[in-house]
Amino acid sequence: MLPELGQFALVLALLLALVQCALPLYGAWRNDPALIAVARPAVAGQAVFVALAFGVLTYAFVSQDFSVAYVAQNSNRALPWYYRFSAVWGAHEGSLLLWILILNVWSVAVAAFSRRLPAVLMARVLGVLGIIAAGFLSFTLLTSNPFLRHLPALADGNDLNPILQDPGLILHPPMLYTGYVGFSVAFAFAIAALLGGAESGPDPRAADPAGTARDLANWVRWARPWTNVAWAFLTLGITLGSWWAYYTLGWGGWWFWDPVENASFMPWLIGTALIHSQAVTEKRGGFRAWTILLSIFAFSLSLLGTFLVRSGVLTSVHAFASDPKRGLFILAFLGGVVGGSLALYALRAPRVAGGKPFRLLSRETLLLINNLLFACAAATVLLGTLYPLIGEAIGAGRISVGPPYFGFLFTLLMLPVVVLLPFGPLFRWAAADARAALRVLRPVLLAAIGAAVLARIVAPALPLRGLVGVAASLWVGLGIALYALKRWREAPPGRRYTAEMLGMILAHFGVALFLAGVLITEATSVESDLRFAPDATHEVGGLDFRFRGVTRAEGPNYLADEGTIEVRDGERLIATLHPQKRQYVGGGQIQTKAAIAPGVLRDLYVALGEPLDEAKQGNGAWAVRVYVKPFVRWIWLGGLLMMCGGFIAAADRRFRALPEPAAAPAPAAPARPAEARA
Amino acid sequence: MARLLPLAVFLALVGLLLFGIHWNAHHEMTEVPSPLIGKPAPEFTLPLLYEPERKLSRAELLGKPYLLNVFGSWCPTCQYEHPILSANVKPLGIALIGLDWRDDPDDAKRWLGRFGNPYDAVITDRDGRTGIDFGVYMAPESFLVDAQGVIRYKRIGMFTPELIERELKPKLAELARPARAAAP
Repeated sequence: MLPELGQFALVLALLLALVQCALPLYGAWRNDPALIAVARPAVAGQAVFVALAFGVLTYAFVSQDFSVAYVAQNSNRALPWYYRFSAVWGAHEGSLLLWILILNVWSVAVAAFSRRLPAVLMARVLGVLGIIAAGFLSFTLLTSNPFLRHLPALADGNDLNPILQDPGLILHPPMLYTGYVGFSVAFAFAIAALLGGAESGPDPRAADPAGTARDLANWVRWARPWTNVAWAFLTLGITLGSWWAYYTLGWGGWWFWDPVENASFMPWLIGTALIHSQAVTEKRGGFRAWTILLSIFAFSLSLLGTFLVRSGVLTSVHAFASDPKRGLFILAFLGGVVGGSLALYALRAPRVAGGKPFRLLSRETLLLINNLLFACAAATVLLGTLYPLIGEAIGAGRISVGPPYFGFLFTLLMLPVVVLLPFGPLFRWAAADARAALRVLRPVLLAAIGAAVLARIVAPALPLRGLVGVAASLWVGLGIALYALKRWREAPPGRRYTAEMLGMILAHFGVALFLAGVLITEATSVESDLRFAPDATHEVGGLDFRFRGVTRAEGPNYLADEGTIEVRDGERLIATLHPQKRQYVGGGQIQTKAAIAPGVLRDLYVALGEPLDEAKQGNGAWAVRVYVKPFVRWIWLGGLLMMCGGFIAAADRRFRALPEPAAAPAPAAPARPAEARA
Repeated sequence: MARLLPLAVFLALVGLLLFGIHWNAHHEMTEVPSPLIGKPAPEFTLPLLYEPERKLSRAELLGKPYLLNVFGSWCPTCQYEHPILSANVKPLGIALIGLDWRDDPDDAKRWLGRFGNPYDAVITDRDGRTGIDFGVYMAPESFLVDAQGVIRYKRIGMFTPELIERELKPKLAELARPARAAAP
């Protein structure tokens, strides 16, 4: 009975989503307050029914209702209770429902926290979000219904893919989706601005060119905190995913340029460009068309990611089961939403380049370079990801480009970003004094080079990449630290750091940590595939690894061979590791579980391979993979700092305080906000 | 016009994706005519992955047909093809030679260690020279070479079970007959 209720709730949610997009958008066009007022209740109603449906599916998993086909395919009786929750989004149908739930959470948040914004604008924003919700709800109901019955019910289900039975996966998809889907808010604001841009008179540009500009400047201020929060969540999601891949895949890597990873990385790259471009548009009025385009692209790439993962067009390690019908549906939706937006952009994009003038040497120029490089990087990743498809289309066959392609081009594009980054905060808007900035940064440059030379002397074996890592991370880290210091000295107490500035400093500091992590790990990691006889000792990276044999271990739903490996630095025991090779009872899948001794300066990572003497039943020699990975944690630490930066910047008082006067006089005609602080 | 550019690029992308769906649904990708088909396979002498001091050459492989599969640990599609090779090609009884192309041997060993090794022998083409001689675009690719060392069939991209049924098996059957008939 309950699953049918869940499906019924989804149908009602779809109807409310249709109401949410049709009536407020029409109302905004006709300036009909009654229809405009429908937006918020529709959002709330839709959210209630989507939450109900999600709750029903979760309950089906927790209560192990194997009469629901989706539950039977993705869980079984042996599955521990905590994974029954995450199993809800372990496969296509449920993860789609999670996507919709998160979209609803964003819509409710936007509806709740934007009460002071002009009602017409909000009607458009919520209407656009309604279009997206309607698309995804009909996608779920028509092609991917999670509530389909399997009758008669099965006695026991399959299993949740063991690779997904991990605490990291409880968090990773919701965070990632929150980021992905969050770009829909920036998108909705951009579309609302485009829709409203030409409406204030018969020919608004001729009558009041500044009026359009004002409208377009305002939406950016209101969209900024949402974009920053979405970006921060996406950063967290990608960081978690990378960390999860590192410790579950037994592969020791932290990034694989897999199509699905790229699907989340492309919106991140464009999102990064977008949060910088929004700053220019909001504060200086420039880059307006560009900001709108980036808002459209960021969300389009989120949709494209959804398409790539679920259509089976690209093969990937963690793609969902494919179905051409699903692919066609998303593609049609993607084409409608993105094609419509871009057509609207072509019609309504602000004709004037606009904004305050700026010189060649200015913060605007640097941010423009940042935008171009990040957009190029996203295009590069897109091209590489679609390469197999392009190959097929031009008749060259289904071929893949691998990490060499991505690694080379990506490094090339990010190099100028790293070089220019410390200049960003030091350069003023409009016209910067390059000499003053150079004066501040000269000691940083010397310190970075000095540290690289020192590293070369202390560790002669350190390859070039490691030296570059030391220099680059000091260049960025110290450069940002000096900016913070300069601000501390020059600004009056209490007004030294706005939240926005603090977020910027933290995020850029995260970049420094990330650079150190990536380059030093890549340069100095030691990896070894070893044959370990019982009580044998091998030396890896200056440490002694001693194999203490393999015993049988039992988990809640698996049996495992568990190895014991002691790691000694000289005589001192520094870690005892227990890598496992698990066989899951339900589906019989085998899963390697690496054992990791984490550390700030280095990780010790051990994964159990195959038994080499089958006859001796676990007491013989084993193949064991051993990694020593210096500084690998810094990669994720850097990601976490970037995330913090995004959240803190979004909390800036300015974003909350200023819309008030705009809403007070007349909702239809937003007043000019106070001049942005430079 | 510049404003229409994003839309135009996007429409091209949609076209490409539509093609992708179409291709996926039909798998009607026939083999690309290769100038090498019907010609003797290029000469090569390459070190074995697991015994780098030993080398395997084209001449040593004469006398028995084999399937040369170009792969690399860096190639995600190869990872997808890998279980299909193990499950669907191995039972055919044909010698399966892996050409580890433009790859670090340690990475390749790890990759094979992780996913299993379906190959009867793996040779390494680290600088990609042999790949160029064979006209390899990108991994994965497969070449069916007969007992006389002549390339009889080429597949660009991954094998699927259907392709093996439809293309590889008939070629193998064909190979078994005329080879014997032609022998004096």
